[in-house]
Amino acid sequence: MENTVRIFLFGKKYEVPDNLTIMCAMEYAGYKLVRGCGCRNGFCGACATIYRIKGDKELHACLACQTKVEDNMYIATLPFFPLVKQVYDIEKVPLNEQVMMQLYPEIYACIGCNACTKACTQGLNVMQYIAYAQRGDFEKCAEESFDCVMCGVCSSRCPAGISHPQVAMLARRINGKYLAPACEHLKDRVQEIKDGTFEDLMQKLMGKPVAELKELYNNREIEK
Amino acid sequence: MYTNPEILKSLKKVEETRAQRFANKDNIRRMTGEEKEEILKAYHPDYREDAFTTLKIGVNKGQKVPVELAAYLEAHSRIKDKVLDLSNPDYDVDVLVIGGGGAGASAAIEAHEAGANVMVVTKLRIGDANSMMAEGGIQAADKPNDSPAIHYIDVMGGGHFANRPELVYKLVTEAPDAIAWLSNLGVEFDKDEQGNMITTHGGGTSRKRMHAAKDYSGAEIMRTLRDEVFNRGIPVVDFTAAIELIKDDEGKVAGAVLMNMETEDLLIARAKTVVIATGGAGRMHYQNFPTSNHYGATADGLVLGYRAGAKLLYPDTLQYHPTGAAFPEQILGALVTEKVRSLGAQLVNCDGEAYIHPLETRDVNASGIIRECSTRDKGVDTGNGKAVWLDTPLIEMIGGEGTIMKRIPAMYRMFAKYDIDIRKVPILVYPTLHYQNGGLEITPDGQTGVKNLFVAGEAVGGIHGRNRLMGNSLLDIIVFGRNAGKESAKAAKNTTVGKLTLSHVDAFEKEIESAGITTELVSPKLLPDYTRHRSIEIK
Repeated sequence: MENTVRIFLFGKKYEVPDNLTIMCAMEYAGYKLVRGCGCRNGFCGACATIYRIKGDKELHACLACQTKVEDNMYIATLPFFPLVKQVYDIEKVPLNEQVMMQLYPEIYACIGCNACTKACTQGLNVMQYIAYAQRGDFEKCAEESFDCVMCGVCSSRCPAGISHPQVAMLARRINGKYLAPACEHLKDRVQEIKDGTFEDLMQKLMGKPVAELKELYNNREIEK
Repeated sequence: MYTNPEILKSLKKVEETRAQRFANKDNIRRMTGEEKEEILKAYHPDYREDAFTTLKIGVNKGQKVPVELAAYLEAHSRIKDKVLDLSNPDYDVDVLVIGGGGAGASAAIEAHEAGANVMVVTKLRIGDANSMMAEGGIQAADKPNDSPAIHYIDVMGGGHFANRPELVYKLVTEAPDAIAWLSNLGVEFDKDEQGNMITTHGGGTSRKRMHAAKDYSGAEIMRTLRDEVFNRGIPVVDFTAAIELIKDDEGKVAGAVLMNMETEDLLIARAKTVVIATGGAGRMHYQNFPTSNHYGATADGLVLGYRAGAKLLYPDTLQYHPTGAAFPEQILGALVTEKVRSLGAQLVNCDGEAYIHPLETRDVNASGIIRECSTRDKGVDTGNGKAVWLDTPLIEMIGGEGTIMKRIPAMYRMFAKYDIDIRKVPILVYPTLHYQNGGLEITPDGQTGVKNLFVAGEAVGGIHGRNRLMGNSLLDIIVFGRNAGKESAKAAKNTTVGKLTLSHVDAFEKEIESAGITTELVSPKLLPDYTRHRSIEIK
């Protein structure tokens, strides 16, 4: 017989096997999920969840699909949080802190409480990446925030009303588009294709019978 | 953490043989063409006859599909016996994109760029898609030692030469431009200090052309596309599924019946053209396999398209990713990216033997694992079935300390939660249902045989033949997503929508009846049901 634990879904008690994730425990309890369930693998941020263990004053945040149930867990899901996403034209953004001042001025109201970092379901140093964004250091902000799944728990805890994931998204796009070194071999190849460099070869290949293609495939040289 | 004595006993053998296997890493033999064919026939799930059935109705009547898919293709419409008012559409657009993954988002952006009034509907949220979960990377022949022609041969060989050449041509020749487009939108590809792309091999590639954004490649691409969709102000109607296509009195596709997933209210969308970008089918759990797919991967687009008369191509071929997590139970079926093998991890059986080359194509390696775990009896008993080892500590022996945190942080994180440090101990894997190789048949303009019905992404069949290579799916959602966006916008310009009708749905219901099919199922499935229902009814 498997061991069970008592959990409280939105305050209501259920007894579930102790080896389940919170998400599977909800399904075990009888919930059919529509919201709050996406990739079920920790990438999409749909299943942000907050919980407290009875008797413990600390509030925890996690992804329901990635976290095992514990005895006396009081669970509330956060399937949606009203993040602010500012609209901008990536072709026209200024490449310094001006862009943050224009689009997300509230980041300068950060009081340094670090609640965002404590709440991050991915274990990221959220307050630090906001500090990088304040300074216009987009490369560092991008690096520090890279694993963000945009679940929004950080923002739910922020007294300054910052939408951290959206700030980081902007920083990453600026970094990827403008600050990372340009790729010359990519540019060259796109041009070669445009010039039709490979066209004859491609047409010949497409016309080849399977037997000939097989021969080419089975004897192709494989880069070490 | 491993505590089971049998696992620990085998783990010891893996550790004892590691130095020897490391020394021999460049000499693991690759299989010959004949050997590959043999192992596939004997062990690949696509060759299990009892798992397939022939369709009794529709344009692919008489053809083989998985039994689970047949049940939904030949199920009743969700609007059967309902009388809907089509004369006052809730939405009226040029291009309707169904699906909010990478293909749908790319299509929407390009249709918008072309000046079309485009709208996205998605049954969950935009970005809740397999695209978001693709870890390993995206292929493109953009290095000097590579070319679209070499890429073409790899794709055709990987697909067992069943691929549609004109679609593969498009895939490989537009690949570098797809990378450039993504870069220009701000996707952060792994580069060196000079800006050269850091690329690796994938199973079945002959050149290192796998571009990545750590092991969040799909997430990085998807979140950037999503951000761009919002920046452009393209309307995204979320938690709204398309449950039936609508045609006009000339037989052109002209919209869709939508259903709010929460209230179950029905809505009508009229559109000049429709793009199906609904993705894959892992949550159909073919042959009871676990899956690496997202919650909504239920073959909806195949059902919608089929009922409207669009043809399926290779619906009988599925991809079982060789390395699904087999332990611990909480992550059963979760994807362990192929990049783990690209970086040097070997597949090792219970005796510590590297029994196969780790970068054979996915179908061959999946078959190899099934063989070790069945007839050869060289699997490790995990408590939930058999598995083989994926020897991750080799990665740091080959690439140096820190390689795992730098290149595959998501993998580290996934296992660290269960006290398994993949830098120090190997992990247990078994094939997981990963990808729908087949789908709706299209011409190079992205259109099906039904006028104004376009398809992009995993719902398409023919690009990858009977087996897809790693990194070609992220590529195809971009190339064919953009393509469908442009072409559907162009077609919309020359389209006048006639009177809306659902007569094809009625006709399909009649076909079900006259074929003598009795079923209580309705389709599309929309979501799997994992709910444990308690009941005191006497059945």
